[in-house]
Amino acid sequence: MSAPRPISEDDLQAYVDQVLDAGRQAEVADYLRLHPETARRIDGYIAQRDALRAALAPIAEAPIPPDLGVRALAEARRARLTAWRPAVAAAMLLCLGGVGGWSARAVFTPPANGVGALAREAVDNYRVYASDDHRPFEMGAAQKADLVRWVSSRLHSPVEVPDLRSAGYRFIGGRLVTTPHGPAAMFLYDGDGDGGGRLAVMVRPMKVEKNTAMSEQSDRGLDGVSWATDGIGYSLVAPSSPRSLRHLGNEVRRQAEATI
Amino acid sequence: MDDMDDMIALIEPSIPSLRRYARSLSRDASEADDLVQDCLERAISRWGQRRRDGDTRSWLFSILHNLAISRWRRFQRRGRHMAIDDVTDAALSLPASQSDGMDHADLMRALASLPPDYRAVLLLVGVEQLTYAQTAAVLGVPIGTVMSRLSRARERLAQLIAADSVIPAQRAHLRRIK
Repeated sequence: MSAPRPISEDDLQAYVDQVLDAGRQAEVADYLRLHPETARRIDGYIAQRDALRAALAPIAEAPIPPDLGVRALAEARRARLTAWRPAVAAAMLLCLGGVGGWSARAVFTPPANGVGALAREAVDNYRVYASDDHRPFEMGAAQKADLVRWVSSRLHSPVEVPDLRSAGYRFIGGRLVTTPHGPAAMFLYDGDGDGGGRLAVMVRPMKVEKNTAMSEQSDRGLDGVSWATDGIGYSLVAPSSPRSLRHLGNEVRRQAEATI
Repeated sequence: MDDMDDMIALIEPSIPSLRRYARSLSRDASEADDLVQDCLERAISRWGQRRRDGDTRSWLFSILHNLAISRWRRFQRRGRHMAIDDVTDAALSLPASQSDGMDHADLMRALASLPPDYRAVLLLVGVEQLTYAQTAAVLGVPIGTVMSRLSRARERLAQLIAADSVIPAQRAHLRRIK
């Protein structure tokens, strides 16, 4: 009879995880019978593993929130790609048309259209207005109704001021800002928690990329999330923090979709 | 369309465990779900590039893990302390749901105070039940490293729990005196 293979620490861990073949599992069990000290340690690991599974099970059993629906995410992506196609085709035609100098330049400059451009404009406007200590907005929270009428008429589409109080952001006022694609509305909020700096929500109509998934941006100390729904583009900008702006974006999107 | 149905059928079953794992990499539930949403969007956009013979579940875990790592790096570069080490009691605390010997709050506190590399191995192997090889692939380390981390993580967690479980007894004692 051949001498049994010595039991290693790896065997003991694999015993806890029940991934040994039956023969080896039995050998380890025999070993543990003869070594009560080690057996106590291994029993402790098994209890620990079971306790972790029990403690964390409720997270996996909770219903999946709508933001995590694979179909919706995949469809939003497809819509985004489809919306891009005419723009890409147009850019290629320009190249073929021989306006070489200018169209080649387009490749190396930030996106001129779509959600990429929207995000850029939101960051630029944030730097100018949101950080202004004296007059960050044109109309304050008290004139919210006038502000909504004003920007809705200038954007030629109804715009609402998102209510972010549940997320700890108080609306302080808004204004019209300029972009290469015409006017946009910018709403400003102050965060009341610690680390919640000033938040800007910029809204404007989109000519391309009318429906896109949410994308994140980051630019020298500012973070953003941007997307488009039914031809209206949204971009949120705030000072960088460890916390993604995505949850605020989801809230703005939810409110916007609820009013349609 | 069929492609999309296939993709959904392969990705969806992993979402509950991705959320559970993400929770241990984040400070609260909404941050964890942001991470999962990022992970899903990335998985959808790279669906065509994945290895056909690889398994979807550990591929998704790799994406999630790498996204979490790059988030921490981004904030560490900016001189902030965040990341997994900041996972607080509150972040990991859940409604008590078990009545066996190990105290729930003690366990979560002990888990949160483990070094991130240990915590990752412990959860991927023990809770998500990935194989050692899958865990090694997700973390980008050799299997030998997974084994040694697993052994140290289990020992460390056992010590933390043992140390912690003494404290409530002392507290109770102090309250009685008062």
